[in-house]
Amino acid sequence: MDQLENINPKLYDKTEERDITAEEEDENVVDEFDSREIFDMIRSINDPEHPLTLEQLNVVEQNLVEVDNMRNRVIVKFTPTIPHCSMATLIGLSIRVQLLRLLPPRFKVNVEISPGTHNSEHAINKQLADKERIAAAMENNHLIEVINECIAFR
Amino acid sequence: MGKLELVQSLKGHSGRVWDVCWHPQGNSLASCGMDKTIYIWGKVGSRWTIKTKLTDGHQRTIREISWSPDGNYLASASFDATTAIWDKKSGEFECNATLEGHENEVKSVSWSKSGQLLATCSRDKSVWIWLVTEDDEFECASVLNAHTQDVKKVAWHPHVDILASASYDNTIKLFKEDEVDSDWMCIATLDSHESTVWSLAFDRTGTRLASCSDDQTVKIWQEYLPGNDQGIATPGNEPVWKCVCTLSGYHSRTIYDISWCHLTDLIATACGDDIIRIFKENVDSNPNEPTFSLLYTCHKAHSQDVNSIMWNPCLAGFLASASDDGEVKIWKFDE
Repeated sequence: MDQLENINPKLYDKTEERDITAEEEDENVVDEFDSREIFDMIRSINDPEHPLTLEQLNVVEQNLVEVDNMRNRVIVKFTPTIPHCSMATLIGLSIRVQLLRLLPPRFKVNVEISPGTHNSEHAINKQLADKERIAAAMENNHLIEVINECIAFR
Repeated sequence: MGKLELVQSLKGHSGRVWDVCWHPQGNSLASCGMDKTIYIWGKVGSRWTIKTKLTDGHQRTIREISWSPDGNYLASASFDATTAIWDKKSGEFECNATLEGHENEVKSVSWSKSGQLLATCSRDKSVWIWLVTEDDEFECASVLNAHTQDVKKVAWHPHVDILASASYDNTIKLFKEDEVDSDWMCIATLDSHESTVWSLAFDRTGTRLASCSDDQTVKIWQEYLPGNDQGIATPGNEPVWKCVCTLSGYHSRTIYDISWCHLTDLIATACGDDIIRIFKENVDSNPNEPTFSLLYTCHKAHSQDVNSIMWNPCLAGFLASASDDGEVKIWKFDE
């Protein structure tokens, strides 16, 4: 890339590591997925253009993760750093791929742009909701390399 | 009410199964998916088993398969941008033709009633019509660029050479050959869905069409011919297709496929909420404002999204479905 789109993004603090409670260590207690757990799966995803995580750029936030264990639903809303960010689809795709890999298959995952935070919000949401196009993208070696690069723990 | 009973779960595919297709004689079934393999299932005694596994035809996911009306050929559409034609002339299924031309993923393939025409569609936004020549060659007869987005599904009319296509651009289009210059042209755009149209199915008469969408509705479209009694205007003396019924509030996620039984007139849907639903037109329904009732809901028909559904063309009430959970299921519905 010749030029960074967002030259000086605002930085946010990382959340504290989560304390493991006694209940969580007890194998007899059913440990249901909560928003913090889902958030932990995606907060360290790297931004495609900055050496920063999605959490540090406030692209993902725990309070924008919704989990309904009973109905097997996860909804993640993310906020692009700028309203014309051309990386928004790639960021959404990385979040989707990460959750597809880490969550049990019973979950239906929706990844959407936080309402009102991107100029092409509707078009990007439609693309991220189309599992056929996601499946085709995941068979694209070049694209999956780029996504793996974003997901990789640095 | 009715009752939907599981006849058998067919296990073999690894990963998501995208499509199932009954053989026109109803006694065997083909399935395909992300494992790049086509399975052909048949009955041994009372059990369905794998008859044939077709591999090496495609480099990527096989999205859809379709039997020719005489049952001698099987076409497969793949994300590798090609469509393969398989036949059994040598005694074993072999891929004897590969149709190339689409720029990227081929999403759907369908044979016309006569078996003389084949249609394919792709993420490249185009619909191609292929002419099957006498010596089994395939010639491209037309490239139709009427859609503005990814084309998800093509399906031929049950009696005449009219093709319907469904797209990510939210519309359905109908195509027919112009008798004067033998050019294929778009004769109707069916505009009412609010998101991607994933699939469509004609009824047995071919005067009605059912479509299903990411907008979580099913729509029923009725054909009105020039000079119709209802006074529906038909500009250019072409038939007009009008949405006469919308089934909303029944599905809770994207509806990926729909099948309209030509034996029983029942409609079945495959949904992203793992449910198979069966609808029936009400007895007192007005043909110009038809009403349908939800006859049956099969919760957890599969453990993940249901991608494909098809009524058996010969055995009334038999259904096949395919899912992201890797399974193909055969069902029997009794009203």
